[in-house]
Amino acid sequence: MSEIDENHLHADPGIEANHPHHGLAVAVGGPGESPLQRERATTIFQKGAPGRRAFVCPELDVPLPQDHEALLPARLRRAEPARLPEVSEPEIVRHYVGISKRNFDLDSGFYPLGSCTMKHNPRLHERVAALPGHARLHPLQDGERAQGALELMWNLQEALGEVSGLPHVSLQPSAGSHGELAGVLLTRAYHEDRGETRHKVLTPDTAHGTNPATVTMAGFQVVKVATNDDGGIDVEDLRAKADEDVACLMLTNPNTLGVFDRNIAEIAEIVHGVGATLYYDGANLNAVMGISRPGDMGFDIVHFNLHKSFTQPHGGGGPGSGPIAVSDRVAPYLPVPVVRRDGDGTFALDHERPKSIGRLRGFHGNYGCFVRAYAYICSLGADGLKDASEVAVLNANYLLARLKRKGIAEQLPLAYGELCMHEFVLSGGPMKRQLKIKTLDLAKRLLDFGFHPPTVYFPLLVDEALMVEPTETETRETLDAFADAIAAILAEAGRDPQIALDAPYTTPVRRLDEVAAAKAPVISQALD
Amino acid sequence: MLAEIGVASVEEIFERQIPQAVRLGRELDLPQGRTEQEVFSHLSELAARNVSAEQELSFLGAGMYDHYVPALVDMLMERSEFLTPYTPYQPEISQGGLQVMFEYQTAICELTGLPVSNASVYEGPSAAAAAAYMAKLHNGRRRIVISAGLHPHTAGTLRTLAHGYEMEVVEVPLRDGVTDLEAWSAAIGDDTSAALFAQPNFYGAVEDAAALSAAAKATAGDAVVIAQADPIALGVLATPGECGVDVCVGEGQPLGNRLDFGGPSFGFFAAREQYLRRMPGRIAGETVDVDGRRGFVLTLQTREQHIRREKATSNICTAQALNALAGVVYLSWLGRRGLVELGDLLLARTHYAREALSAIEGVEPLHAQPVVREFAVRVDGDLDAVRRRCIAAGVNPGVDARALSGREQDEGVLLVALTERRSRADIDRLADVLRAAVATERPGAPGGDGGSAEPQKAGVAYPMAGHR
Repeated sequence: MSEIDENHLHADPGIEANHPHHGLAVAVGGPGESPLQRERATTIFQKGAPGRRAFVCPELDVPLPQDHEALLPARLRRAEPARLPEVSEPEIVRHYVGISKRNFDLDSGFYPLGSCTMKHNPRLHERVAALPGHARLHPLQDGERAQGALELMWNLQEALGEVSGLPHVSLQPSAGSHGELAGVLLTRAYHEDRGETRHKVLTPDTAHGTNPATVTMAGFQVVKVATNDDGGIDVEDLRAKADEDVACLMLTNPNTLGVFDRNIAEIAEIVHGVGATLYYDGANLNAVMGISRPGDMGFDIVHFNLHKSFTQPHGGGGPGSGPIAVSDRVAPYLPVPVVRRDGDGTFALDHERPKSIGRLRGFHGNYGCFVRAYAYICSLGADGLKDASEVAVLNANYLLARLKRKGIAEQLPLAYGELCMHEFVLSGGPMKRQLKIKTLDLAKRLLDFGFHPPTVYFPLLVDEALMVEPTETETRETLDAFADAIAAILAEAGRDPQIALDAPYTTPVRRLDEVAAAKAPVISQALD
Repeated sequence: MLAEIGVASVEEIFERQIPQAVRLGRELDLPQGRTEQEVFSHLSELAARNVSAEQELSFLGAGMYDHYVPALVDMLMERSEFLTPYTPYQPEISQGGLQVMFEYQTAICELTGLPVSNASVYEGPSAAAAAAYMAKLHNGRRRIVISAGLHPHTAGTLRTLAHGYEMEVVEVPLRDGVTDLEAWSAAIGDDTSAALFAQPNFYGAVEDAAALSAAAKATAGDAVVIAQADPIALGVLATPGECGVDVCVGEGQPLGNRLDFGGPSFGFFAAREQYLRRMPGRIAGETVDVDGRRGFVLTLQTREQHIRREKATSNICTAQALNALAGVVYLSWLGRRGLVELGDLLLARTHYAREALSAIEGVEPLHAQPVVREFAVRVDGDLDAVRRRCIAAGVNPGVDARALSGREQDEGVLLVALTERRSRADIDRLADVLRAAVATERPGAPGGDGGSAEPQKAGVAYPMAGHR
């Protein structure tokens, strides 16, 4: 704590306020300054009055048939209108602007959510995506009259192929989890086409939860592989579990510990040796763009999270986009459609792929996300993408170093390794034992300092995990302020753990009763 | 920063972690970066090579529709507070997003007449596949019965994913434009996990949802009845809930979302109470904070992948929160009366349009069933050539059903869709243009060659979609 200037700390995030329980000064930041935002929440359904409205319907300009039943027989007609809100446009605007202020967002402050890559969303992307030629283009417009869109998709496919080192790309999956499902189904098709039935998919115990969930949905059985002391795959365990019944190994590299698996070449050899495919979860691609490519590491299939590495706005939890890129041997099974460039330089959607697994959704994928990702790639270019990864890794290592200082590292040691890639995982175990506050409490106290907390309690194999991903967006000043806040909270907990245990104090609501919510779920507004 | 880390260079950080053998060792083969204005120009130039619904009189539909999106939807979607956060993992600072989800769920329950809704899934067809997977978790059976009236993309998606779930898909044909009730009953047996139909169906016809549900329940007892519905049509149609449907899913794009060449949009997913704990996706629930203040949280998370891993009810991670926001804002903007007025307007104009087109020599309605906002006609002659002639006259007359479904029996079938943006004058113009085009292209017509109006590429660029 000696290194922390408390006055500076308070000055940085915002104004000072009195601690409601302890009479201590605490820093206030983020949402929650206005007393208006602490009013009891009312939904749009509880506002307005009968007959009030915003929409004016165009006039009925066609003759009605004599017999009303000719339009829609009464038995097929809805008995009562849907009880939607009855509100004016200004009421709608005030309502949603009002509740928006009860959100913390990336444009307001630091958002170091591990494995989520919360990097800046350039507003240029919103502008180009809104151009009517993109935004009002119908998905069934004839290909020859959507050449701009198809060329954009082609260019994006090519760029993603180059970044991943896997040349065959389908943009169709809607999100990372959807890309994973595509990848495992491709694996299935690949084995079936060779006349093999395999039942198992290997995932490390550090894997994102979507990996094992996907495996189950694709009809395979999950087999876990252990993690070694360096945070990578336990190669001996892998060797023991890799057999002819294994269809695939799903891996993230760098993994969720922020560790680049140095044994990747050997891992690939083992997996390929038993005829299985190697799947790359692209959630952490932001660490290695232009530096190391999954294809060169030996992966067969990779999914991208365009909303992460390629900065699609996260939207409060979607939309995302999860294109996949694959090696030659998996290419025949790619979902349809893919964009094809013909000899005359025109582009078309190719559905005629006889070995394709089929389609995974309607139409061609989340084109609006493609526009933004493509704009990002155009803006940064080859040099810029590499810069982005370098700065992301530099920032993570700088923040890690700041958190290794005396007063912090004793409570929150790095779980694995010495350096990290684009993110790192600290263990809150010592803090819990020594200061009597848990990682959750630290996270909640960070809210009062105006920071979004890191990912907590993941990966599962780290006790009281705190997973920090600063991204290339952040300045050194922000990283310093965050490290100072962590130090201040730890020092404060040393004096009085109750402050963190009761946090937050300055947010629109305080700790919420999640158990009650799940026990007797209320998931819609009761209506009259 | 390097001194704090204790390295001499950024390169050293990488060198110490990534083996040289898997380093790229060259620059990516991509163009160099460009300035903001250069990128804007490039993306504008690409946009200019697309013909959007702004540039022609478009009757394209078949799953996505060119409704007017009110300005306030754009304004709210662009707010940083909605645009730039992630999933509300920290509810204390995410009440805005969580409340939007809660309100959205309420609106979807009202639309569908079903008591529980999640906070949205990817989009329409994959929502139907997710519902079928939920049915499998519910009853463990291996057979899915689908109506031939499902959108081909839904049927295709279902087949792709059912192969992974190791389920069999059986299709029931249509009769007079709607699902053949006898064949439907016959197909559904004790081994049937789920039975799916579309409302209205791919050819625009309103299905008798109550009869289909009752028949499914009568035969198997416990098959999960799933309807894929158009949310705008639900404003005037008997709700899936009151018709006995168990799960209602659908494409949310018509509710305040852009066309965006097919995405992103959202899928909605509502069900009877008994399915709540097996539903995929995020669900927002109401609770109180330590001070007794009303608040919202993500709830029932023990269904989800980040907790349950391989035992999760789905691998779906996030929702389509921003698109769902557009949906609930749009429904609030329409309001209780507006949604019905919009539905009635579409009913009247679609009826008028079907009559107007059916009056053309060489154009026949595909069926006589009630239609809400889309209908199908069969065109005598080369539909591709007819469409080209219409397009050359500035009118995109609709979707070539066969190009989308790959079905032979859809030869010559044109799907014509309306929104409130297409007036009577627009419909009259479509009728005029189509009349002229068909007159020229009909076999043996004096001015026509029975072939292509233009010598270039024949056929549209999306054949065989969803045929598998």
